[in-house]
Amino acid sequence: MDKYECVCGYVYDPATGDPDNGIEPGTSFTDLPGDWVCPLCGATKDNFEKMDG
Amino acid sequence: MYKPIEIADGIYSVGCRDWDIRDFHGYSTYEGTTYNAFLLLGEKNILIDTVKEKFAEEMLSNISRIIDPKKIDVVISNHTEMDHSGAIPKVMEFIGKDKPLYCSKMGKKNLKSHFHRDFNFQVVGNGEQIKIGNRTFAFLETRMLHWPDSMFTYLVDDAILFSSDAFGQHYSGDKFFDDEIGDEIIPHARKYYANILLHFSPRVQALLKDVGKMNLKIDMICPDHGIIWRDNPSKIIEAYDTWSKQEPTKKVVVIFDSMWDSTTKMARSITSGIESEDVHVRLMNTRKWHRSDIMTEIIEAGAIVVGSPTLNNSIFPVIADVMTYIKGLRPQNKIAAAFGSYGWSGEAVKILNNEFSEMKLDIIDEGVKVQYVPEEKDLNKCFDLGVKIAKTLKEKLSKR
Ligand SMILES: Cc1cc2nc3c(=O)[nH]c(=O)nc-3n(C[C@H](O)[C@H](O)[C@H](O)COP(=O)(O)O)c2cc1C
Ligand SMILES: [Fe+2]
Ligand SMILES: [Fe+2]
Ligand SMILES: [Zn+2]
Repeated sequence: MDKYECVCGYVYDPATGDPDNGIEPGTSFTDLPGDWVCPLCGATKDNFEKMDG
Repeated sequence: MYKPIEIADGIYSVGCRDWDIRDFHGYSTYEGTTYNAFLLLGEKNILIDTVKEKFAEEMLSNISRIIDPKKIDVVISNHTEMDHSGAIPKVMEFIGKDKPLYCSKMGKKNLKSHFHRDFNFQVVGNGEQIKIGNRTFAFLETRMLHWPDSMFTYLVDDAILFSSDAFGQHYSGDKFFDDEIGDEIIPHARKYYANILLHFSPRVQALLKDVGKMNLKIDMICPDHGIIWRDNPSKIIEAYDTWSKQEPTKKVVVIFDSMWDSTTKMARSITSGIESEDVHVRLMNTRKWHRSDIMTEIIEAGAIVVGSPTLNNSIFPVIADVMTYIKGLRPQNKIAAAFGSYGWSGEAVKILNNEFSEMKLDIIDEGVKVQYVPEEKDLNKCFDLGVKIAKTLKEKLSKR
């Protein structure tokens, strides 16, 4: 599954998810709820870009 | 300009004092501030951080009292905000624009977005250790403390932490070290934390844990604003631990504004009620207190009480200003209640309660609304609200 990078540099890795905010490991970026925000800087999903490779 | 100070063997503080600044991006700075920069002499001469653009010449002149600034070989940028990066273009032009500029990955990106030009960027990774000349450095990414680019530079040989904005204070004076100024500096450091870092408290906790695990020896902390912690650096680290835990204390902050002083009367009665329970209280009129000072009080409070008259079906604009500001800084573990006088529609208390619930504060009462001018029975209700807040807070604290 693809990793996505936030404008602040945070990387969302589906393998780890975001357990602190109730996101189970194995959740793809596209399956994240629409109101999910970057756990580092608070940016919304549209501020993320798919990473190469 | 001041005589550059040798803070350790071959290491000088060469930054500038901004005696006059009173509004630092919307943060009140009654005692000005400093932009600290550090010059490290050795096989390679290294400059860590710079100053605001308009102080560039002053900094270069400070440096020239020690060495010819052209002999600087390397610049390290811990943070791209313009109070520390503003002078980078001038410095690079002066010393040779192809000289290496060390920064974090986000530092490179953000320096480009600020200056729209290239430098000889040398990106350093989190935890990376490198030798520059005869000195060994370790870099620690401190992303979102408080910008994406923020990092710490740790000088391994001397156990000195160049901590960027963290552990800083907006203070400008003729004292440069913690042992010279003593505890007088702590309120300035607390204000800095409350206004710049509070919303990143979980990351501060994580960082302190990481640093604890690394068993990093820290003999001196050099922040980019204010005094240097050389006598007892653990004091400010412990303070950060306390502030970032956001433990409530036996203190209430009552914040209000008023058009015809009805809400003022209510605020005073609530304050008396709180005091009658031997709980500390600070009554703050938002037109007399700057939002950044209100924030400094809130950080240690166990409860916030906000009062606003209703104006045009909404809360008073100055209250909205303060509420927006408080909300962004995300205070946690606090009790909250609202009050206010109104004339006909009376929306203010409801709006304030909605704000509190969005802030995830613990609303312990539906609040007190009074039509027009409060009479004795209304003020008794306010007093009782004060008592209830104080009692609830004491009970909460006794369970911790
Ligand atoms: C204390 C502080 C907090 C900031 N918070 C945010 C933020 O939450 N999100 C964001 O996108 N930018 C944030 N910024 C960055 C500013 O929006 C950015 O520096 C912008 O270019 C400033 O514009 P100005 O020059 O018009 O003030 C923050 C800047 C400061 C100084
Ligand atoms: Fe900053
Ligand atoms: Fe700064
Ligand atoms: Zn982010």
